[in-house]
Amino acid sequence: MLKIEEIHVYRGRTYVLQGVSLEVQAGEIVALIGANGAGKTTLLRTVSGLLRPKTGSILFQPAHDSTQIDISHASPERIVELGISHCPEGRGIFSRLSVKENLMIGAYLRTDKDEIINDHEKVCRIFPILKDRGEQAAGSLSGGEQEMLAIGRALMSRPKLLILDEPSLGLGPIVVENLFQVLSEINSRGVTMLLVEQNAVLALELAHRAYVLEVGCVALSGKSRDLAGNEKVQIAYMGGIA
Amino acid sequence: MTGGYIAQQIANGFVLGSMYALVAIGFSMIYGIIRLINFAHGDIVMMGAFITLGLFQTLGIPFPVVAVAVLIFGGGIGILIERGTFRPIRGAPQVTGFIASLGVSIMLQNLGIMLLTAQPRNFAFPDYLQKVVKIGSVSFRTVDGVIMVGAFCLMALLMGLVYRTKIGMAMRATAENIDMARLMGININRTIMAAFAMGSALAGIAGLMWGGKFGQIDPLLGFVPGLKSFVAAVIGGVGSIPGAILGGYILGLSEVLFVGLLPPEYSAFRDAFVFLTLILILLVLPNGIFGKRIEDRP
Repeated sequence: MLKIEEIHVYRGRTYVLQGVSLEVQAGEIVALIGANGAGKTTLLRTVSGLLRPKTGSILFQPAHDSTQIDISHASPERIVELGISHCPEGRGIFSRLSVKENLMIGAYLRTDKDEIINDHEKVCRIFPILKDRGEQAAGSLSGGEQEMLAIGRALMSRPKLLILDEPSLGLGPIVVENLFQVLSEINSRGVTMLLVEQNAVLALELAHRAYVLEVGCVALSGKSRDLAGNEKVQIAYMGGIA
Repeated sequence: MTGGYIAQQIANGFVLGSMYALVAIGFSMIYGIIRLINFAHGDIVMMGAFITLGLFQTLGIPFPVVAVAVLIFGGGIGILIERGTFRPIRGAPQVTGFIASLGVSIMLQNLGIMLLTAQPRNFAFPDYLQKVVKIGSVSFRTVDGVIMVGAFCLMALLMGLVYRTKIGMAMRATAENIDMARLMGININRTIMAAFAMGSALAGIAGLMWGGKFGQIDPLLGFVPGLKSFVAAVIGGVGSIPGAILGGYILGLSEVLFVGLLPPEYSAFRDAFVFLTLILILLVLPNGIFGKRIEDRP
């Protein structure tokens, strides 16, 4: 579904991604782990069009039967339209808009009104709190609720590929566990995911495959199970837990 | 000093405040969406006044048609300024935009002087707009009524656009977080342009009103209403549309009451008073009246 080939990305003068290749198959959850500054967020922002690679290509195939499109120089608007939805680090909800408006703006590019209302109800079934708080300013939600809102909003665009940047950031362990349960359910309904997560233990539990990013390069990749058993990964990212 | 006199002053204050509010909205919308204090905004007021003069007095086009034309013209000028000046420098530090807007302002003023000369021109509305109407002890010219009702309707329309439509929602989202808005698929060039168009249309129509109210216009007339409306926007909390409206009325009322209620020898200090009001309000409410942001929880 997504095929990143040898991308090199600069942020200002900093050479952040130094030739990264990565692939996400339809239906998968792929996790990206690595230390701060390894370039995880940069990678996600490049996929969604907020940053441009200097060289390399990003191929996206929205459906099995559609052709691959190189999105490495497409605008963020176009990339959303093609079916990639990005939940950024820090959630990026619109705190002065109401909860319902936040969800509706997720469906900004869609014109199928009835289906949008349907999807709004679906999202509210997944996260009932978003219905109860519909008219409230989104900034008044708690951190966990804001994360739910950000994910709900991303789902409103009916993404083929959902990009999640640190969904567990700043949340309590119980909230995180529930959230990851929901993510797994959303995935089983056919949404492919690319996930950046500090909490490597959780990430490897949820994801089918994972990539380990170290200073702008892919250091390791493979099935989550195998990586979780890898000694180097355990020491570097999982607190040495066997 | 009778009750009737005070009522008269309050009415005058509302008329002046309506115009400040219309101009202040544009300041606030443009600041809200791209964090730019657009000092050329006041000059759109001037251009609106001259377009009115041209269409109405020189060409004799009927008043309602002129009003609509001035709205469209003002919006168009706003779009042109944004496309020509602010879009190319988007992403540059704030001070760049600030200086660019000063440049546009000076350019527009001098263009006005070159084309129209600095000589003030009489701006006479026809008799039916000059008629004096008395309600109780308060007397009005029809044009005052047109200003108040017109401003009210336009502000209601604008609030409807901003808070009830999809493009309005997109504008508010862009104002809050441009990157996030793009990730929603919002074309931010379009929403920024819409904010300039709406704000500038209101400034243009305020020019029509300004001319009708004071009867004389010149190419530098935009400076003072521009500056005062900026003050109004700051008082209300820059970035907030309801704040700009409230700030406009507060400023209009307090300015007129200052001149009307104090002995006449103080009236020369009316502009100083406007800024004193600003300083006092900012001392108590540093973010302006509606400038308080909802805190993001971590």
